[in-house]
Amino acid sequence: MASGYKLLNPNHVDPQFGKASPGKIAMWIFLVTDAMSFSGFLIAYAVLRSSKTWPTPADHLGIALSGFATFLLICSSVSMVLAIDACRLKRREKMLQWLLVTIIGGAIFLCIQVYEYQHLVHLGLSLQEFINGQNLFGSTFYMVTGFHGLHVLTGVIYLICEYKNAYEGKYDNGNYGNLEVLGLFWHFVDLVWILVFTFIYLL
Amino acid sequence: MTYAHGKHAAPTTFLSKYVFSYDHKVIGKQFLWYGIFFLGVGGMMALLIRWTLAFPGEAFPVLGHLLFPHTDGVVPPDTYSMLFTLHGTIMIFFAITPILIGAFGNYCIPLMIGARDMAFPLFNMLSFHIAVVSGVLLMASLFTPLGGAAGGWTSYPTLSTLVGSPGSGQTLWCLSIFVLGISSTMGAVNYITTVICFRAPGMGYFDMPLTIWGLWLTAILNAIFLPVLGAGVMLLTFDRVFGTTFFLAGAAATSGSGDPILFQHVFWIFGHPEVYILILPAWGIVSDLLSFFARKPAFGAKATALSMTTITILSTLVYGHHMFTTQMSPLLTQTFMTLTMTISIPSAILFANWLGTIYKGSIRFDSPMLFSLGVVFVFGLGGLTGLYLGTVSTDLYLHDTYFVVGHFHYTMAASVLLGGYAATYFWFPKMFGRMMDETLAKIHFWLTMIGLNGVFMGMMVVGFAGMHRRLYNPFVYEFLEKLIPINKFITYSALLMGVGQLPFVWNFVYSLYKGKKAPQNPWNVGTLEWTIPSPPIHYNFEEIPTVKCGPHEFGNPNLPEGKDFQYQTEELA
Repeated sequence: MASGYKLLNPNHVDPQFGKASPGKIAMWIFLVTDAMSFSGFLIAYAVLRSSKTWPTPADHLGIALSGFATFLLICSSVSMVLAIDACRLKRREKMLQWLLVTIIGGAIFLCIQVYEYQHLVHLGLSLQEFINGQNLFGSTFYMVTGFHGLHVLTGVIYLICEYKNAYEGKYDNGNYGNLEVLGLFWHFVDLVWILVFTFIYLL
Repeated sequence: MTYAHGKHAAPTTFLSKYVFSYDHKVIGKQFLWYGIFFLGVGGMMALLIRWTLAFPGEAFPVLGHLLFPHTDGVVPPDTYSMLFTLHGTIMIFFAITPILIGAFGNYCIPLMIGARDMAFPLFNMLSFHIAVVSGVLLMASLFTPLGGAAGGWTSYPTLSTLVGSPGSGQTLWCLSIFVLGISSTMGAVNYITTVICFRAPGMGYFDMPLTIWGLWLTAILNAIFLPVLGAGVMLLTFDRVFGTTFFLAGAAATSGSGDPILFQHVFWIFGHPEVYILILPAWGIVSDLLSFFARKPAFGAKATALSMTTITILSTLVYGHHMFTTQMSPLLTQTFMTLTMTISIPSAILFANWLGTIYKGSIRFDSPMLFSLGVVFVFGLGGLTGLYLGTVSTDLYLHDTYFVVGHFHYTMAASVLLGGYAATYFWFPKMFGRMMDETLAKIHFWLTMIGLNGVFMGMMVVGFAGMHRRLYNPFVYEFLEKLIPINKFITYSALLMGVGQLPFVWNFVYSLYKGKKAPQNPWNVGTLEWTIPSPPIHYNFEEIPTVKCGPHEFGNPNLPEGKDFQYQTEELA
């Protein structure tokens, strides 16, 4: 689809508006939209947390593993940038390699999240209740991180689709526009995680 | 599908032409039919509600025995709650939104900015299909064992939790709103991108018709605030389905406790912008039509556009005025009150510009103009009564009375409905290539106008007298017994309004097939959609037009004899 609009759309692009493609503008607008949906959840989290007795997250969630996952996600953002740069320089092999690294980074993050959920449920922190205190601690934790996890999953699927396009040689001409739009989404997912990690795990 | 010169060929089969169409014009019409269908459903619900309030305990005529066989045709109390809940939900999300934003947004944006289609035709099509799914979910909720949602359109917990409304009706309501949110945000991102990227060469932002300004600002508000409601209804769904307690407190919460007021915050962060989402397209359309039919340039068009923008920004900061009675700190209520009052400044500019536009104009009283003038009248009343509700001291008395109902029906129902009809009569010739009948349109206008003023003015009166909204039979309270006659008057007015819609339905369907063939430019207006045949050809413009002037160029002395308007593609010495 990402490459589809050029075929589907015969419109004239206003030359006054920089060089941004409609796809890129739409992605930016969508990111604002998505940021607002995260803020919906985070507002709810903030209000509930500030009005209740709340356990210290670090005592119950385990920072080591999630810290590693955070590091991984940041690294995958770097590899995304390198993939776009390789595309710009028309280095096909490098581009595919860095895209693959990004996909693997996202996939491992998801695996860590699944493992972490299982582990926490085992320790008595589930969506409905928390045996060591405030039930909403678990509810908000799973809602916010789960919603972010869905975004990582979407991002990985999106990455795989673009990897396929890249593998088929669609970006061999150095036209990195679509990868850049993908990159925007991936960096957004990364950025949101840094906020979520701070609010949910660290503070 | 074949591509020629970067376009896809005109679809030929029924499915690709009417169901899976990428064409913004077809998608606009799909939304129009969808909206008109739900407008009928929501209208019938309104009549059932009105009947119950005027004749409590009496069987609803004709349909009553069919719908409620167990109570001899009387609307039962639980059904009554479902009726006002679904009436509100349907009218806001399934009638006004699809007609004003879905239909006229889709139809007008590309045509009026000189584009061949939306930026993302595929997303545009999906946006309609997802809206259909959402409509099916909502209607399905009526057929669940315990009936549809019954917690009011605002769905406050604990009314909307499993304690207040058991059964899957409310859950389906939540899902329906969530799905509709996806559809609307898809549409909104599409609209914003289209307006930014695909304006015809030469068309700056202030050369856009004000209709486009209204629709564009609406899309921006939609894109920013619908996701917040999405998050809210998701949390509510988790409370209902997965046993969390985000919004449960007290006896309702079996384990731990959340915060019911939290939902109100999340709801109104979205909900207040939502009322501007609904009214902004109508404002834009009316601002244009007043100029078109007064044969005068829109007075202060730039100021109108900027005051709409200001209202858009301010609308995000005032949601707290819906919650004055939730034990909010007085500091906050004062702040929200002051912010709310500042909205009246840009609103007054907008309103003064409307009056300035028609002042000393050579007004043509065609049906779109009649409806636009109707909007000016009812919006004036609706806007002024809003001041009493934005002020803390008066709101404490008026909160949750019929005064509120009257106020928001004047602004959201009356203004938007009349604005929608103005748009329908105005663009019908372009959409379907045929004219609608003027006499029937005028009958429709007067019946609607008299009916709705009877209804909503009456509501304000009973509200001021203390009648609360959402009561099944308010007359069990002694102090409200005397209000039965005026409630009867409201119901008769509602019936008049209901009957008044029949000429419209007949006119619409008849004109569709048998109406007079419409010329290219029946209203003598200069915006881009009137420079092409009615109905427009596939891909609208043979060649993308170049814009030379603004949308409201009337009465230029340099125009040739006998022509008082200038096309946006024309340049005069």
